[in-house]
Amino acid sequence: MDKIETITGTAVPLDASDVDTDQIIPAVWMKRVERTGFQDGLFQKWRRDPDFVLNQPERRGATILVAGPNFGCGSSREHAPWALRDYGFKAIIAPSFADIFRNNLPNVGLVPVTLDGPSCRRVLDAVTKDASAPVTVDLLARTVTCAAAGVVDVPFEIDEGARYRLTNGKDLIDLALDLDEQIRRHEERRPFWMPRTNGQVESPFELSGVEQ
Amino acid sequence: MRIVAERTLVERIWAEHVIEGAGEELIFIDMHLIHEITSPQAFEGLRESGRPVRRPDLTVATADHDVPTSSRQVPLADEIGRRQLMLQIRNCREFGIELHPMNSLGQGIVHVIGPHMGLTLPGMTIVCGDSHTATHGAFGAVAFGIGTSQVEHVLATQTLRMAKPRSMLVRLTGTISPQATAKDVALAVIRAIGTDGGTGHLIEFQGPVIDAMSMEGRMTLCNMAIEAGARSGLVAPDETTFAYLEGRERVPAGADWERAKAAWATYRSAPDAVFDKVVELDLDGLGPQVTWGTNPGQTTDIDGAVPDPAAITDPGARDAATRALAYMGLRPGQRIADIPIRTVFIGSCTNGRLEDLRAAADVVKGRAVAEGITALVVPGSEQIKRQAEAEGLDAVFTAAGFQWRNPGCSMCIAMNGDVVEPGTHAASTSNRNFEGRQGPGARTHLVSPRVAAATAISGRLTAAAVD
Repeated sequence: MDKIETITGTAVPLDASDVDTDQIIPAVWMKRVERTGFQDGLFQKWRRDPDFVLNQPERRGATILVAGPNFGCGSSREHAPWALRDYGFKAIIAPSFADIFRNNLPNVGLVPVTLDGPSCRRVLDAVTKDASAPVTVDLLARTVTCAAAGVVDVPFEIDEGARYRLTNGKDLIDLALDLDEQIRRHEERRPFWMPRTNGQVESPFELSGVEQ
Repeated sequence: MRIVAERTLVERIWAEHVIEGAGEELIFIDMHLIHEITSPQAFEGLRESGRPVRRPDLTVATADHDVPTSSRQVPLADEIGRRQLMLQIRNCREFGIELHPMNSLGQGIVHVIGPHMGLTLPGMTIVCGDSHTATHGAFGAVAFGIGTSQVEHVLATQTLRMAKPRSMLVRLTGTISPQATAKDVALAVIRAIGTDGGTGHLIEFQGPVIDAMSMEGRMTLCNMAIEAGARSGLVAPDETTFAYLEGRERVPAGADWERAKAAWATYRSAPDAVFDKVVELDLDGLGPQVTWGTNPGQTTDIDGAVPDPAAITDPGARDAATRALAYMGLRPGQRIADIPIRTVFIGSCTNGRLEDLRAAADVVKGRAVAEGITALVVPGSEQIKRQAEAEGLDAVFTAAGFQWRNPGCSMCIAMNGDVVEPGTHAASTSNRNFEGRQGPGARTHLVSPRVAAATAISGRLTAAAVD
């Protein structure tokens, strides 16, 4: 994964609370088994409205999404971060995120920026007014700057572990596999009642029932 | 002298699973549940990096989201869905994972079959690429939804790197009305604390309302903790839990059962444990609840009316209500009972268990579905379907004009062809009333199985009479 230290770009404002992952990408896209190519599913329903902010020509090339509180609630689908990433976003700024969504973002290389409500509102208003207003997310200093909003070096919140991984481009699985010995020790002391599964693909209950 | 702080149940379970770290800790996962739509990219990742599945014996898979609930003749007409189901079979064979595919006896909604098989036990950590993994918390397990990158992480390492969720106590007191169910309790909690009331927290439910609740009811309640923004919900195990577990397929038996039960009985929060957040709700006399908007917090009483956004003081909530009414095609002040219903859906990981089907059948018995209403019952699993048929519930439903379907997620997520017609209203026992969740333009009202059944019969959102 690439290291990310700062992101500077234009922004797309999305002034609504409780935007759920069904809105970010509808469930029908979850039938795909590919790992990329989700950009056309992003806000698919809202994009049918020609006035929707993503359809404004001046918003093309934006890399930062500025959203309302409880962004990304609902379904755990990582297809939502994939769609945002594939569309070209690199950071999402919001006053608050739903937990699972916030955890998913860094795993696809996106930066969740939890910014205090008043500053977030100012950035939202400024980038609504001026599509060319640049916004900077500094992951090393952990600050947001949007001069047009009068927001300069305002600190934001991010999980320290996520920040470390993003700025160092670390793969979480490699980090865990390095701890094989500790994992093994835990496995040896698990309680006796912990259940096991059988490794079998169950057979269909009628011959015509299942393709395998 | 070292002072050990009294712990909450979540803190204890978490501590028992920490392998390494501070802040974000590496925790061991005792059971990994898999379904067909959030795992393909994770298996592909393993293949690309040449990593095996570390513990296939702690992993179980089924097909629930994509599967049709009408004809199960293969090959399926839906080519993309078919490709996904076939890929799941291939992945599970290749990596040696237990799979209950479509048309097998063990198939069903992943959160229904886990507890049914006895794979969900107190004190465990359980994950799935699905937000409603919270359901399993009903047994006193720490169970939560994860993204596909994390699915790959668990497959490869049987661990996750996570910050411990903050603890939240939701204490429910009083006696709910005989018309109300666990679903109404869940909706009432979200109505009270909001869709982000639990954000960053794992909710422990306690109190007389919980003590009196069945395991099925606790699963319904914990299932919807995610809709309050919580990472998950859980309930400490008690005699109700043990009675549900005893004799199940993967649960210890004989002397081991007694030993296990004694160990599980200690899984509870210390009486003076300190929670990061505490909410006490008096639910005395609570009646049936129904959602009027496009998030589960937009809830009112079944005999109530659609609220007037102008009367809402919080600007964010007011905007959300205005947008919701526009989408739902409702007027401020409109009586809930006057909303025309066209579809009734009974099923899902929230309300697709045997107890739910029995409750609905009780209401339906000897009555008929109203003219113009499409009503379907989708059992949560093949086992539940067969048990219901043995009890004659299918006959009660079909005689009344309901469709009796095959098990799966069906109209809760509407990706298998089961959809609500655009612009029409549905009474649904599922968990999300988001825009378009049950199909483009679908207008969802979340209700209990009893209300759904009564609504199918009267044609309007109605509470069921109590015998």
